[in-house]
Amino acid sequence: MIVGEQKPIKEILNMTAPHHRLLVLGCGTCVKTCFAGGEDEVAALASLLRLASRKDGRSLHIEEFTVERQCEDAFIAEAAEAVARNEAVLSLACGAGVQAVARRFPRFRVLPGVNTTFLGVLEHRGVFTEECSGCGDCQLALFGGVCPFSRCAKKLLNGPCGGSRNGKCEVHADTDCVWHLIIERFTALGRLNDLRTYVPPKNWQPSLSGGPRKLIREDHTL
Amino acid sequence: MKTEPASRLERLLSQGRFVVTAECGPPRGANGDVIRRKGALLKGAVDAVNVTDNQTAIVRMSSIAAAKHLLDSGIEPVMQMVTRDRNRIALQSDILGAYALGIRNILCLSGDHQSFGSQPDALNVFDIDSMNLIRTVRTMREGGTDMSGHPLDDPPKMFIGAAANPFADPFEYRVLRLAKKIDAGADFIQTQCIYNLERFKKWMEMASGEGLTEKVHILAGVTPLKSAGMAKYMARNVAGMDIPEAILRRMAGVPKENAAGEGIAICLETIAALREMPGVHGIHIMAIEWEEQVRPIVEQARLLPRP
Repeated sequence: MIVGEQKPIKEILNMTAPHHRLLVLGCGTCVKTCFAGGEDEVAALASLLRLASRKDGRSLHIEEFTVERQCEDAFIAEAAEAVARNEAVLSLACGAGVQAVARRFPRFRVLPGVNTTFLGVLEHRGVFTEECSGCGDCQLALFGGVCPFSRCAKKLLNGPCGGSRNGKCEVHADTDCVWHLIIERFTALGRLNDLRTYVPPKNWQPSLSGGPRKLIREDHTL
Repeated sequence: MKTEPASRLERLLSQGRFVVTAECGPPRGANGDVIRRKGALLKGAVDAVNVTDNQTAIVRMSSIAAAKHLLDSGIEPVMQMVTRDRNRIALQSDILGAYALGIRNILCLSGDHQSFGSQPDALNVFDIDSMNLIRTVRTMREGGTDMSGHPLDDPPKMFIGAAANPFADPFEYRVLRLAKKIDAGADFIQTQCIYNLERFKKWMEMASGEGLTEKVHILAGVTPLKSAGMAKYMARNVAGMDIPEAILRRMAGVPKENAAGEGIAICLETIAALREMPGVHGIHIMAIEWEEQVRPIVEQARLLPRP
């Protein structure tokens, strides 16, 4: 899923300061699962903003609304009336959702309330880890299902650097060295020798390096 | 703050001289003779020579090394530096190295996207953009520190250039972007090649209306067309290039063997018109793999001898 984290309240207050009528718009999909922008977070943030504005003696009317997905126009449309009643929208969706909402409502300021952080998994309750960078050319078959492009700080493709210690990354001591994990996988599979295979430079064209990407499914277009 | 001119180019511009610069593309190989040969063609014909940095995203000899070859031949280089291939650490380190080798002019660019080059699979860096590269070189010069704020032992004092494309979209934004580059620290501007004089004139008027031509030296870019085919190719395939129909027709309207002469005639007419425009402080001749034509162009434009 897309993992995000609510922005620091100070930043949100600065961003929203010029506005007197604000719609806090939640998204009920990825950011709900990671506790950043679902209905509950919308309610909590709205209360915080109300309190803060009262404390500063600022007039601020806040409306709350959550749609199923802010990255789909059909769902965004449900927020149209609520948007029209306000001056600006504070979107708690990922960056894609914020942009889709801005595109839908060109005459309204749309502000991001969440930092979109990564594509990850729920490791255990409350802990999310990055596992994919969406490079557009999945090579997990070469690495035993563990991705060095997204999980190695140096993007090394041919084995670990000399800096890891006790299976931990030299950059973050609490992060597993992804190459350590890859080697463990291959050892468990009895295929350690496969790691002698040379992996050539990656083709970054299908990644963002080649420019913003588009996926067209002819069989699903109207 | 800056006092002494950093380079000859800066000195000439600050004296109000109409300057002439040219471009020299490093070879796809390690042969330094190529640079020396091109340098010999340009020596004395221009005031400084730009050395491109892996232009069109094709691997070539580094601009620092090629610039050093020019320096050793007695030619003042303008080292081009793109942010496509190096992160901020490498960029800053290379600026220090270049200055230590005697390079005094830099042109800060973002660079052509690698998908247009010979290795489209490459990862691009773009850690910082050209605007921030300009700012970084100025911080080194005026603040005496690197980007981290760390003081530098003998900070490089470069004469800072930036590019401007008066023909890119959206037109209304182009002057704002120029203003932003000047704010960042650009001392001189080299423009995209000019074929559409009308549009360039409008851009210059807008820039002058904002007071920008008082703050920066604008060197107008020209590229002589070699053939009708080249003109057509550039018009269609080079991003941000504006070649009016009239020029394309003119190139196509002469016999093939006269096309190069026609291209040079157009170039000379353009230079003559540019010299009349207030705020244009020089021309930048980008004769792509046609360096031998630079001296004749400068001569026929009555811009020889150089100071």
